[in-house]
Amino acid sequence: MLLRLLQSGSLWFVLSLLPLLRAVFLLWQGELVNPVEFITRSSGTWALVFLLLTLAITPLRQMSGWSGWLQYRRMLGLYAFFYAVLHFGIYLWLDQLFDWAAIVRDIIERPFITVGMLALLLLIPLAITSTKAMMRRLKRRWGLLHRLIYPIAILAVVHFWWLVKKDLSEPMIYAAVLALLLGWRCRAWLFGFTGRLKQQNVRAHSPRRDPAG
Amino acid sequence: MLIRRPGDILPSEITPKDVFLNRRQFMTAAAGTALLAGEAAAALKGIPSRYSASEQPNSRKEITSYNNFYEFGTSKEDPARNAGSLKTRPWQVVVEGEAGKPKTFGIEEILKLAPLEERIYRLRCVEGWSMVIPWVGIPLASLLKAVQPTGNAKFVAFETLNDPKQMPGLASRVLDWPYREGLRMDEALHPLTILAVGLYGEVLPNQNGAPIRLVVPWKYGFKSIKSIVRIRLQAQQPATSWNLAAPNEYGFYSNVNPAVAHPRWSQATERRIGEFLKRKTLPFNGYGDQVARLYQGMDLTRFF
Ligand code: HEM
Repeated sequence: MLLRLLQSGSLWFVLSLLPLLRAVFLLWQGELVNPVEFITRSSGTWALVFLLLTLAITPLRQMSGWSGWLQYRRMLGLYAFFYAVLHFGIYLWLDQLFDWAAIVRDIIERPFITVGMLALLLLIPLAITSTKAMMRRLKRRWGLLHRLIYPIAILAVVHFWWLVKKDLSEPMIYAAVLALLLGWRCRAWLFGFTGRLKQQNVRAHSPRRDPAG
Repeated sequence: MLIRRPGDILPSEITPKDVFLNRRQFMTAAAGTALLAGEAAAALKGIPSRYSASEQPNSRKEITSYNNFYEFGTSKEDPARNAGSLKTRPWQVVVEGEAGKPKTFGIEEILKLAPLEERIYRLRCVEGWSMVIPWVGIPLASLLKAVQPTGNAKFVAFETLNDPKQMPGLASRVLDWPYREGLRMDEALHPLTILAVGLYGEVLPNQNGAPIRLVVPWKYGFKSIKSIVRIRLQAQQPATSWNLAAPNEYGFYSNVNPAVAHPRWSQATERRIGEFLKRKTLPFNGYGDQVARLYQGMDLTRFF
């Protein structure tokens, strides 16, 4: 019963909305001293968290041997995109007041904004091609395209690293988690190199549909 | 210019009425039960000053729950959360260096150096937010004059308390403690420069730099050093904490200047806490009429 619930996508879908609901509640309460700063940071933080969760699926699957993890990956990735779009919308509206000249200047001149923008732009093709139909249509290229998640996550951490004034402790935590997640893949690839034969053997018996790994 | 003439409104009349009434009731009650000075929120009134801005001050809650004071943590909620451990009495301030009469002052002595004034100042943080704050304090000049600066006194160096037992944030090495700041002598003697000891007609709350802090309203907030224990008059320009931490981002002068961007963000606009839209940042935070002449002939993009 509990396992059923935990495995159901709708539970995780609703849980993933909690950061947004919390922000709306705090805004409605009206106790935040700098509400715009709060929602900018909160949306950015959650976009990054969901990026890392998306990247955690493959290691979880490989460690646990349960391929069911995969069913959550698209939703997590789309939530990363959702919070990043919110984050960018807040920036455009409440930070820059749609002053397009200032926005363009900001994106060009401020390195932390430049890398954030790049991360968001790269997320767009991934969001567009996240459907099953697109997956089928693009075949092998889908996997190649979705490897963009690696540079996106790196850019997002660099974005955070460059924007803090002095105290790097928070971006360092995210950088460490990202390093672990990417490190896991390097390890897997190295193994894969030596044990390719064995892997190919396995692959022949269990056709997988996650070339992005 | 937003200079207020004497006899203008006091912030007590501008503060949202319920907030003010509550405080007044509290203070009356406090007086009734004979709570004495030194207790939390003890009254500390200042006479109105012509240097006050005529803008609506931020609420006491905004001012006391959202600010930077890295000695108590690096988030802006940390000071209000953690500054309870600071002991502000007894408190001494060493004034030394190029002075005819160097002296260690007790905080009570400083309160008697000059009549306490209420100064409603804009405060612009280097991070891009601002507030209007009704400080209570005395001109820094009245303290400096009491020790008779010598002809060699060209700069004033300030230091914050450096006691890890009272200040949990000192355990982290984000800055090179103790926190240090400095002013040129003419900046220090300028009538706008004050030592604040109170806020909203009450003793300064710990998180805002109790018991005594500098306020230099035309410079970014980090110049206004908190919980001061040492003031040194000297011939050389002193090292300052944020300048040591990131010399290309924070200069010695750090005058509010919309034309000079921080390397990582623009300084052209600011978010006044409590306002929905951002507003334009003014040169010298709107105090140009009084202070621009101090910097005549200086290239302010070089001396940022
Ligand atoms: C995938 C894309 C992005 C991710 C994952 C991301 C993530 C983050 C994170 C984690 C923070 C810091 C939150 C904190 O301080 O706790 C942040 C702050 C911020 N981001 Fe992004 N961001 C992204 C894209 C963008 C874009 C496209 C822009 C604007 C063009 C932008 C502008 C900002 C701004 C202005 C801040 C606040 C800086 C401050 O409060 O000092 N971000 N972002």
